[in-house]
Amino acid sequence: MSLFPTSAPHAHAPDSVPRLMGLVLLAVAPATLYGIVLFGWPALNLFLVTILACLLCEAVCLRLAGHAVRPFLLDGSALLTGVLLALSLPPWAPWWIGAVGGFFAIVIGKQVFGGIGQNIFNPAMLARVALLVSFPVEMTLWLEPRPLFSSHAPGFLESLTITFGGIPDIDAVSGATILGHIRTELGMARELGQILPGHYQAGTAALGWTGGSLGETADLLVLLGGLWLLWRRVMTWHVPVALLATVLVLAGGFNWLNPERFASPAVHLLSGGLMLGAFFIATDPVTSPTTKLGQLIFGAGCGALVYIIRTWGGYPEGVAFAVVLMNAATPLIDHYVRPRIYGRTWRGQSRPVPERAKRPPVGSGEAE
Amino acid sequence: MKLFDFWGGVHPAGQKHLSAEQAIQVLPMPSRLHVPLQQHTGRPAVPAVKVGQTVRKGQLLGREQGGVSASVHAPTSGMIVAIGDFTAPHVSGLPLPTITLESDGEDHWLEREPPSDPFALEPEDVAARIGEAGIVGMGGANFPAAVKLSKARQAKVHTLAVNGAECEPYMTCDDRLMRERAEHIVDGIRLMLHALQAPNAVIAIEDNKPEAVASMKAACQPERHIRVVVVPSRYPAGSAKQLIQILTGLETPAGGRGTDTGVLVHNVGTAYAVHRALRQAHPLISRIITVTGGAVARPQNLEAPIGALVEDLLAFCGGAMEATSRLLMGGPMMGQPLPGTRVPIVKGTNGILALTAAEARLEATPSPCIRCGRCVEACPMGLMPLEMSKRARHDDLDGAEAFGLIDCISCGSCAYVCPSHIPLVQYFEYARGALEARQRAEQKVKETRRLLEQHQARLARVERAKAEAAARRQAEKRQAKAKVGAAA
Repeated sequence: MSLFPTSAPHAHAPDSVPRLMGLVLLAVAPATLYGIVLFGWPALNLFLVTILACLLCEAVCLRLAGHAVRPFLLDGSALLTGVLLALSLPPWAPWWIGAVGGFFAIVIGKQVFGGIGQNIFNPAMLARVALLVSFPVEMTLWLEPRPLFSSHAPGFLESLTITFGGIPDIDAVSGATILGHIRTELGMARELGQILPGHYQAGTAALGWTGGSLGETADLLVLLGGLWLLWRRVMTWHVPVALLATVLVLAGGFNWLNPERFASPAVHLLSGGLMLGAFFIATDPVTSPTTKLGQLIFGAGCGALVYIIRTWGGYPEGVAFAVVLMNAATPLIDHYVRPRIYGRTWRGQSRPVPERAKRPPVGSGEAE
Repeated sequence: MKLFDFWGGVHPAGQKHLSAEQAIQVLPMPSRLHVPLQQHTGRPAVPAVKVGQTVRKGQLLGREQGGVSASVHAPTSGMIVAIGDFTAPHVSGLPLPTITLESDGEDHWLEREPPSDPFALEPEDVAARIGEAGIVGMGGANFPAAVKLSKARQAKVHTLAVNGAECEPYMTCDDRLMRERAEHIVDGIRLMLHALQAPNAVIAIEDNKPEAVASMKAACQPERHIRVVVVPSRYPAGSAKQLIQILTGLETPAGGRGTDTGVLVHNVGTAYAVHRALRQAHPLISRIITVTGGAVARPQNLEAPIGALVEDLLAFCGGAMEATSRLLMGGPMMGQPLPGTRVPIVKGTNGILALTAAEARLEATPSPCIRCGRCVEACPMGLMPLEMSKRARHDDLDGAEAFGLIDCISCGSCAYVCPSHIPLVQYFEYARGALEARQRAEQKVKETRRLLEQHQARLARVERAKAEAAARRQAEKRQAKAKVGAAA
């Protein structure tokens, strides 16, 4: 019997960091599989390269920093970063996009800050932003879905050429995402009524039959995964609801003002990385506020920035930028938004009991 | 009655089924009892007996010192064999002054007449008798009950909240007491109301104890001013501050007392002890203790004499198995690890818990905080445990204090939910200790400076006096010279 002194409590909820990471990975698995099937072997190659790069960088950094490699490598955080980063890349991007992205996410985004829990920015989104700014061509290579084993999908060997050698005939495969298409066409002074028909159907968009990043097209699967996480209490509703509601309100409002200039809420909610961002990116505990009110502010801020960037910014999609910007605001939010302490006012002074409230809670013998 | 909600809280596995159906058994009187002189908040009792003296059951062993203090009494008849140090039931394993009594096996009571009608007594006399019986808060606070009642009467408390929540997992002693001795508890509540001169009492019981609720409701039937309230089972509903919040929606002001809200909280065990003190003139010499945990062969609820050793209780329950990885006094959320089994149980001991490694989750090692905010969500006091622990870890005591270190009630909800298994409470205890040490050191410096300044002022005064005296003598001399000159 060991009786070394330890503080209470001597009971613990059946929860741990690896378990939380595992549940998130499980929740994102359907959308991941769907994306890989939808875009074929090259997508799988990129997915694996990205994850390997993340795990390798994590292991090297941990070794250099003198930390125990095994427990941290197995906590699932680097794996999750790799998966989320891969999901936000164009599925046929060359291998080095995944490798550089993994390096950037883990080394610059996470380990230089001190590893898990210390980083300010979401590592996957920071890497995506860096890649997008540095390699705009490779990072905007979108293509129509080419499901695995379909007639126009590349075979396995061909996929190795695509991932590791480059796409032989880029113009033949590339297309535009719906958000990109809207931006280009609006820039040519056309109206949404002319742009959208033939290019956009809410149903197919929700099912994910559309161009886009590896994991962002299957909105329904992402949504289901997110709801499952809410149900399992891995995260709370505050960030996703605030984020989606803000986009809904802004998109709805502007669309109502001018439907020919501003896309409908359905287009906004069911395209790009919004769902993935709302449920899997912005909810990253490390880089989002710790209080519920702070999380509502954070979510709303992300939503507003997404809409602003999509509508008036220089890029058709803004989830990564929005999340990274709000990550930067997180310390500020956490500084100002704190819960009120029991028995104290918001300013921290002792909170007197209001005189009128001192009445007995039970009637002394009279009618109840 | 309208109930309110308290903030945060957690739902640990109750594990009350281990002992909840075991009726209270009386522990056979051990041959030796070790009664510490300090089992309460405040000043220790002073020995009122000598080594070699024979005492009757219920006789005074240690007299309270006045102010905040409590007497201790002989749990059985026998001879005093030692007055000296004995290991305290505290994690430190440090000794406390303790009176050791050898039982003569007769269990002879010291005859004392209870008052014929305690309700005819003045309220302060009732409180005085409660004080004489050595009754302290039985829920774990260990504050002398008489002092608490008198202060609450002066504060014009209108409601006595009787705490039968028993929110600690594993613990069933209050549950059994309420099931088996409800009438006595209600009688104790009426006596306390008399001592308080308060009109109402509310008995709060968590909804995981339906039998206790039914039994208490039946016992309260004739009393319209005493009501049973069923509160949701959520830890720490039984903490005084949270219970007040549940019952009234009010918060105890920071730095204030619970009675500022017009409510006084007392444990059901205390009410039972008050009944015994006033109806039978029996001082507090025994209590109900839950002996449980996965490593105990036969978990039970025992009525044990104060001063019995933990090993006596464990032996009666079939012994603790080899698998015991943690031995606690109290429940798993706030209980104290014991330095061994040769320590006495005291007035505030509600349970002995022998946990297996699987129950205590010893295998988990702390990992870095991932800022998930579960601790913030779980904190019933509205604190941010992650920020406090971060600062405590870097010895930033002011920072930890600014985040509410002194408002923490050490309930352990934050550490219970932490997915990184950070021992948050341990950080807070450390920081609080360091803060107190710093305050003491500052006080010492201040006091030293004051003395030094006084010393210097005194020296200066002496110098000044000397100088003045010298100047005076000089002047006198000059005057005398002048006189002489004038005369010449």
